[in-house]
Amino acid sequence: MSDVFLMVLLTLDATFRVSAPLILAAMAGLFAERSGVVDIGLEGKMLASAFAAASVAAVVGSAWVGLGAAIVVSCSLAMLHGFATITHRGDQIVSGVAINILVSGLTIILGLAWFHQGGLTPALQNEARFLSLTLPFVDQLALIPVLGPIYKELISGHTILVYLAFAVVPVVWWVVFRTRFGLRLRAVGENPTAVDTAGLSVIKLRYKALFIGGVLCGIAGAYISTAHNAQFTRDMTAGQGYIALAALIFGKWRPLTVMLACLLFGFLDALAVRLQSVVIPGIGEIPVQFIEATPYLLTVILLAGFIGRAIPPKAAGMAYVKER
Amino acid sequence: MNRDTRIAWINRLLLPLLNILTAFAVTAVVFWLIDVNPIEAAEVLLYGAFGYEEGIGYTIYYTTNFIFTGLAVAVAFHAGLFNIGGEGQAYVGGLGAGLAILVLDPTLSAWVFIPASIMGALLFGGLWALIPAYLQAYRGSHIVITTIMFNFLAASLMVYIMVHVLRETGQMTPQSELFPTNAWMPFVHDVAAALGYSIEASPLNLSVLLALVCAVLVWFFLWQTRWGYAIRATGKNGSAAVYAGIKPKRIIIVVMCISGALAGLVSVNELVGYQHRLIMDFHVGYGFGGIAVALMGRNHPLGIIVAALLFGTLYQGGAELAFEMSNISRDIVVMMQGLVILFCGALEYMYRPWLIRHLAPVKQHDERVGVSA
Amino acid sequence: MGRFYNKLPRRYSCPQTHHQRLMTMTDNFAIELTNIDKRFGAVHANDKVCLQVKRGNIHGIVGENGAGKSTLMSILYGFYQADAGQINVLGQAYTFTDSHQAIAAGIGMVHQHFMLVENFTVLENVILGSEGGALLANGLAAARKELTRLGDEYGLRVDLDATIDTLSVGLQQRVEILKALYKGAKILILDEPTGVLTPQETEELFRIFEALKQQGVTIMLITHKLREIMSITDQVSVMRAGKMVAHRETQATSREELAELMVGRKVLLQVHKNPANVRQPMMKVKRLTVMDRQGVERLKEVTFELRAGEVLGVAGVSGNGQTELLEALSGIVPITSGSIEVLGFEMDAKHPLTPDRLRELGLAHVPEDRHRMGLITDFSASESALLGYHTDPQINSGIWLSHTKVKANCQALMKAFDVRPADPQLKSANFSGGNQQKLILAREMERNPDVLLIGQPTRGVDIGAIEFIHQRIIDMRDAGKAVLLVSVELDEIMSVSDRIIVLCDGEITGRIDADKADERTLGMMMANAIDILDPLHHMDDQQAASKLASSQETQV
Repeated sequence: MSDVFLMVLLTLDATFRVSAPLILAAMAGLFAERSGVVDIGLEGKMLASAFAAASVAAVVGSAWVGLGAAIVVSCSLAMLHGFATITHRGDQIVSGVAINILVSGLTIILGLAWFHQGGLTPALQNEARFLSLTLPFVDQLALIPVLGPIYKELISGHTILVYLAFAVVPVVWWVVFRTRFGLRLRAVGENPTAVDTAGLSVIKLRYKALFIGGVLCGIAGAYISTAHNAQFTRDMTAGQGYIALAALIFGKWRPLTVMLACLLFGFLDALAVRLQSVVIPGIGEIPVQFIEATPYLLTVILLAGFIGRAIPPKAAGMAYVKER
Repeated sequence: MNRDTRIAWINRLLLPLLNILTAFAVTAVVFWLIDVNPIEAAEVLLYGAFGYEEGIGYTIYYTTNFIFTGLAVAVAFHAGLFNIGGEGQAYVGGLGAGLAILVLDPTLSAWVFIPASIMGALLFGGLWALIPAYLQAYRGSHIVITTIMFNFLAASLMVYIMVHVLRETGQMTPQSELFPTNAWMPFVHDVAAALGYSIEASPLNLSVLLALVCAVLVWFFLWQTRWGYAIRATGKNGSAAVYAGIKPKRIIIVVMCISGALAGLVSVNELVGYQHRLIMDFHVGYGFGGIAVALMGRNHPLGIIVAALLFGTLYQGGAELAFEMSNISRDIVVMMQGLVILFCGALEYMYRPWLIRHLAPVKQHDERVGVSA
Repeated sequence: MGRFYNKLPRRYSCPQTHHQRLMTMTDNFAIELTNIDKRFGAVHANDKVCLQVKRGNIHGIVGENGAGKSTLMSILYGFYQADAGQINVLGQAYTFTDSHQAIAAGIGMVHQHFMLVENFTVLENVILGSEGGALLANGLAAARKELTRLGDEYGLRVDLDATIDTLSVGLQQRVEILKALYKGAKILILDEPTGVLTPQETEELFRIFEALKQQGVTIMLITHKLREIMSITDQVSVMRAGKMVAHRETQATSREELAELMVGRKVLLQVHKNPANVRQPMMKVKRLTVMDRQGVERLKEVTFELRAGEVLGVAGVSGNGQTELLEALSGIVPITSGSIEVLGFEMDAKHPLTPDRLRELGLAHVPEDRHRMGLITDFSASESALLGYHTDPQINSGIWLSHTKVKANCQALMKAFDVRPADPQLKSANFSGGNQQKLILAREMERNPDVLLIGQPTRGVDIGAIEFIHQRIIDMRDAGKAVLLVSVELDEIMSVSDRIIVLCDGEITGRIDADKADERTLGMMMANAIDILDPLHHMDDQQAASKLASSQETQV
């Protein structure tokens, strides 16, 4: 098996791991925006969930309980966002930014007070983490050329949350395009007055959308602190919530294309890390700061370049007011 | 007092006051959750901010930064733009100020260095806002996401520059060499001493005057000139602005550059006025704090100065708190910024229906055609 | 109180009608509203309104804008809740807390602005809210069957799989009616349905009404178009300033009486003007083509001239290029091809002129939508009065925009056009529609432009202000200005203009002198039904006029 092939596999493997939280967060954003509510607070919800999962898992000793706590926290923040933007018709972007900044400070304060480790949560032991799952027959199938190693390196060996992230995508597609709820959701994002006059509650639909988003962000945050890493550190989401939003725009608010956009980000990020110690002739070693900056640079380029004018749901960003 | 005046008082005074109090109340709850007595915390905080001369100096020093970023965010808000990139613009502004000083001959007078550093900060801060502005105006890229990305990019860029390019020779810490003394913005305590008054030394320097001047200039620009009119019109109603012959793309770019430039001035206070060299992370927290200040001050320079003072107090008081109590860090101020943005921004009108119903109710005979509540 | 009470004849009085009427409470009435009251803050939108609509009738409700008719219907539809009063539908009392309940009670509503999701298909729009189950697949199939049946029964055929944004306005309205019928409406309320239709489409709609009436559906028609009330309704109720002021059998009343009831005084339905003194051309539009952002041609090779001393009316149903015409002529929207020669300058795709430059040259523009473009609702009146003229050197001293001068400017405008209240500090949003419009007109007219473009000047304006505005337009024309008047109100076009051109689908489909125009001819032009005029759109007006004159002799 050639080195290049192995390297490609490992890069793709890393891609899946890096993309998983992006996919979950982007799906959360999809529900929100499709219903007409812009959710800049994905970052804050993920960070809060990461903290909740890591703290609870450290105390209780179970990653699953940590996941539950993460979901509860994330949904609460989602409801707060809803309270501000739906019930009180506040500015959706300001609300999201408020939540992000609030969470950024609060997680450190609570972490410091509860664990006295400078804002970190205690390092998790294996039982309190989500561990890689080895799929059945890995070693036997590994003997099959090409497909075997793909199965072993790429498909097997991820934590359950990664599989969950990818499984969520077709479910989201089905809910949004094949169910009554999905029809109403899309209608509310395009023309909320039409929904209101059809006798449906715009408010309830939007709250439901935010709630679903809360659950998905909770899983994303828990993944970051208890699966991908083994504790919570300051601002550990590092902008992934915003990158998920960029992927949402780039993927034109459709589940499958958004997932591909997230994979693209993940791939380029994984690739950049691979290139870290590579020496490029003429330029020398790529500085580590450039590697770190890659996802952000990429986001800007994607938002600027190919899309031009992606058309969001018509009512996104505007609070619903009954006209008279 | 007739109903319209009552409503004006509610909107301009009572509502913002209630919003702030709510933010404080939630903070008190958090204190309680981490086993800290909120009253005690408040006492320590106020003591730290105003209890001793050096503390007051620090408070006003921090206030200066918040005035700059508050004005930056407010100018953008008036054009309908949300500039979250203050963090990055302040950081890169520092590069401008630093470069302006480091490339000049050290024997030049302060009258050359100080204005040059101000120009450098303005220029670089404005430039860092230019690309997101251009992308919003000409490519429709959401300015909120791009400015946040640029915050991250600024961090990477500045680290690289301070580690590889400007690092003081022979040092391990990523920072530039010391600025020549002629390039130091005078400390207020030094100026006071020259005038015969003795006050405790603190980082407070003449940048505070620069901040106040900027506040006046921003007020004049927005409300007393035709360009300010054009900006406010664009922010309120883009179609009407186009109808009026105003060019929205141009406005976006100009406004964001002004905004970035104002944010860049933080570096004048921090680097030219206190640190006297280019250091890492001098900018942290002021960009986001500016958002809270602008929202709390309702995007008006006067309100911004008051709000900036509040946040300066919290910053210095917070440092004192962190010093006194081992399980609190300065992040408590970040949390409060978030709460202020939440209650003064997103939930701005939460109390309004209740206040109007109880303080300015509609009387049955008070009917007017065409007047909205 | 029980059935016994309901059977007794009962005396009750509704405050606004002057006589006590003996009314039998039977379920002969489809709708019965008693003392409905509703306030929005300080505005008393419905003041103890009473209404009785007989089953199977077509009942009209007229009133000026702001009279309260839309609010009343919204209450009936459950969109709002009345502060007081009773609602009876088909003999049963109801309190609607949301539209769902109203729909269940048999009320269907077709709104003035369609409640359709643009990128959904007709089918998806119709089933929204009545999907018939959590999974869409079953609901869609059942709906398809039922809609085909309804379509055949009432002549409301539409392609069920077309997306709304591909349908014409008339067809979209059909979808709205189908939606209501699908949900079991026995009472259909239509709010200003014909504002967006050509006269021919309106005829088609009235035929559908007749078909519905045959099947026992009750129809309530809210409109301010008195002509239509007279032609189609059985009864009509008049609202004024929140109160219900009169009920009439349509056959027993007239347009004049209804207009007077609507306004409260005798109303001039015609503008008196002197003959026009037409002079040199001020604007020559040559083969103007404008594409919108999606690449759709909104104006196709439009050619005409605008001369000093005349009012050129542009008629046509809303959405046929009028907005693009106004915006292209005022520099707001770019020209795709063709050119406009105005005030000595020529603008085309490569040489655009910006709105501020055109203002400098002497062109003024009163936009169609005063809220979207004409003023800034959050600004004070003095700042709105400055819109477009904020760079005026007379108001600016160097870099300073003097507040006293801005205020004085506003006061002068308010005085000239009797804008009330005459308070420059008052927020623009707090003025009534008529006063807002007068302020905008004052702002544009008092600059003494040579060319004045006006869009829908009297939309949402009360009748008193309408007369004032029309007179001012005529005054400008008499002062030798060139006025382009775009309006969807045929009455307005015919009475104020000297010459009329008609836009349909972005092309000029008719040119006629105002004194020779009548509704039927204009209607046919608006529907592009006069083939003989098709080849005329690149000729200039003179050639077109001579061709028309010769063709009219051959028409019936």
